[in-house]
Amino acid sequence: MSELQIVDLHVNVNGKEILKGVNLTVRQGEVHALMGPNGTGKSTLAYTLMGHPNYEVTQGEVWFKGQNILELEADQRAHLGLFLAFQYPVAIPGVSVANFLRAAINARRKAENPEDKGIPIPEFRKQLKKVMDTLRMDHSFAGRYLNDGFSGGEKKRAEVLQMAMLKPEIAIMDETDSGLDIDALRIVAEGVNTLRGPDLGVLVITHYQRILNYIKPDIVHIMLDGRIVESGGPDLALHLEEHGYDWLKNKVEVIA
Amino acid sequence: MATPVIVTRKRRESEVELNRFPFTEKDLPGFEQADEVPAFLREYRFKGWNLFQTIPMPTTNDEAWRRTDLRGLRASELTLRAELPKRQVKPPRNLLKPLVGKKHGGQIILVPTYQTIHQVSDEWQKQGMIFTDFRTAQKEHAEWLSNTMGQIVRPEEGKFAALATAFAEDGVLVYIPRGVRLKEPLHSVIWSPGTRLARFTRLLIWVDDDAELTFVHEVASPDQQDGQSFHAGIVEIHVGKGSHLTFVEMQSWGRDVWNFTHERARVDRDGTLDWIFGSVGSQLTKTFMEIDLVGEGATGKMSGFYFTNGNQHLDHDTQQNHFAPHTTSDLLFKGALQDRSRSVWQGMIYVAPGAQKTDGYQANRNLTLSPHARADSIPGLEIMADDVRCTHGATVGKVDEEQLFYLLSRGISRKEAIRLIVEGFFEPIMERVPYGGVRQRFRTAIKQKIG
Ligand SMILES: Nc1ncnc2c1ncn2[C@@H]1O[C@H](COP(=O)(O)OP(=O)(O)O)[C@@H](O)[C@H]1O
Ligand SMILES: [Mg+2]
Repeated sequence: MSELQIVDLHVNVNGKEILKGVNLTVRQGEVHALMGPNGTGKSTLAYTLMGHPNYEVTQGEVWFKGQNILELEADQRAHLGLFLAFQYPVAIPGVSVANFLRAAINARRKAENPEDKGIPIPEFRKQLKKVMDTLRMDHSFAGRYLNDGFSGGEKKRAEVLQMAMLKPEIAIMDETDSGLDIDALRIVAEGVNTLRGPDLGVLVITHYQRILNYIKPDIVHIMLDGRIVESGGPDLALHLEEHGYDWLKNKVEVIA
Repeated sequence: MATPVIVTRKRRESEVELNRFPFTEKDLPGFEQADEVPAFLREYRFKGWNLFQTIPMPTTNDEAWRRTDLRGLRASELTLRAELPKRQVKPPRNLLKPLVGKKHGGQIILVPTYQTIHQVSDEWQKQGMIFTDFRTAQKEHAEWLSNTMGQIVRPEEGKFAALATAFAEDGVLVYIPRGVRLKEPLHSVIWSPGTRLARFTRLLIWVDDDAELTFVHEVASPDQQDGQSFHAGIVEIHVGKGSHLTFVEMQSWGRDVWNFTHERARVDRDGTLDWIFGSVGSQLTKTFMEIDLVGEGATGKMSGFYFTNGNQHLDHDTQQNHFAPHTTSDLLFKGALQDRSRSVWQGMIYVAPGAQKTDGYQANRNLTLSPHARADSIPGLEIMADDVRCTHGATVGKVDEEQLFYLLSRGISRKEAIRLIVEGFFEPIMERVPYGGVRQRFRTAIKQKIG
């Protein structure tokens, strides 16, 4: 059983401290929700965990599978089984979804076994079709250029498609719900739910309670101003919906 | 930044000597055995030779050569006949692979033993088609040659056009008679190994009215370790009224080659030309590529890619000439650069007086993969008519860090990620390539470059 353990994480962006000591542990098999208003540092946490070069860690550690992953490159973190569904997925013109996915799967296989010859194409196609069916995506999607000209909903679905194909152990989903209408949200949530199980830990980042009706979290955390100020059961999300963040404001001041 | 040091504007004598070609009149093909060369051709070669002697070596003071410096060319060390290691005589197998499965209209492979491998279907020959090499054409199609050759690219156009006029014996000629629509593509390969070799080629594609052709032409040589070698070539294309030509060109010269070509296509009324080229080889290249739209309703499309590494220097100079009304041109060149390599694209859309209702477009996109690589992109418009639409765009950019991170986050290595991004970058050109086999050839060239 692996877990992602974030210990006292401080992160600067452009010299300004954004994360001010985050502590959080996500185990395989658990679903955590991370909530908080815009600009509190949720995406900063997500990018930092994945290893984006613009995020400067000034203090703290992140442990995964016995390693402090802050010392690893992003691709090495992915090989360990970490995945980030981007809030703003990046377009790669000219590279088809299928080609890209095959490259990603093969990269991970090769990292596990340098002798690996890559996934056989028929097997790859079969898997891809199956996942596209669960996400109710047309098969022609595989031939489109990655995120290039995709609608907001298509981009989010493509993130979940990648997650399903790459089978991570810990997945961070950064606002995968934003910009989705209710039908799309349901499809995406169903897709995530089919992946749920003892082998997958998920950190669902959102600032709406809405998605949590579909992806039921085990634990809910609230982030304000670069810190987790409250953690609790699923009820916490409902409480938040009803009362907003104001009741937590004094917590920030107390810590700060 | 290194401080530029300008010692003197005058070139040293030794430099000038090194830059001088060692050939004489006696070296001209057919000089000794005059009866082996048709009289018109002999005369034409002499004309080229005389022009070559009078036209000075281009310098960076000449507008077209401002960014391409020839002072490093050790022309004096070049030879017309090179000793060849046996293993180099035969072209590598991948060059000989058919490009379109079994459906070849014909293939010509020129190898240095002057043996030519021809495969042309009899059926087409019966219809009057010519698809042959230049040496054979001199004997068998002399009259046709005298009526067509040299009309489109003239030896006066430059020192290297003159030189190629004088010396070119290797070459491929195609004639598609009026009304013949060839469905299967023709393919030619010029394989020309040789240390310090000066090679000259000529390509003539003549598609008569209401005809159709797809033609794939490749030039290649192995990298030679010692010294520089040289190529000067002329490409002439005629697309007749209502005809269609798809012309695919692949330049894979060895890294020792200094490569100079003059290429021009003339498109007549309602003719369409789809010109696609890839350029990955040579040490230095200066290529003039032009489309002359001479008949109303003519269309010329040019799509090209170049991919450089090491200290390569590739300079492509394009011209889209709208000489008639209602003509359309569309150019897309994409280049990627590694290491300390350099590229120049200089493009001009010219609209002649009276060429109304023309539509001209040009775009050049560059991706520099190293901080030491440099791409110069110089678009240009010269418009002498008032009712036209001409647009252009030129960009030079680096690999996008966010794209890179996105791919890395999926477990793809940096190197592989760059390969994907570069392949994706070139994909719009690949989409314009008509056959899977040709696309594969282009893609392989790109893969090999990334290493
Ligand atoms: N790449 C960046 N450049 C500059 N500022 C950034 C960058 N990323 C985040 N920030 C700043 O950090 C703060 C937290 O942003 P973010 O992590 O995106 O919040 P959230 O995801 O919770 O909305 C904001 O004030 C934002 O402006
Ligand atoms: Mg965010």
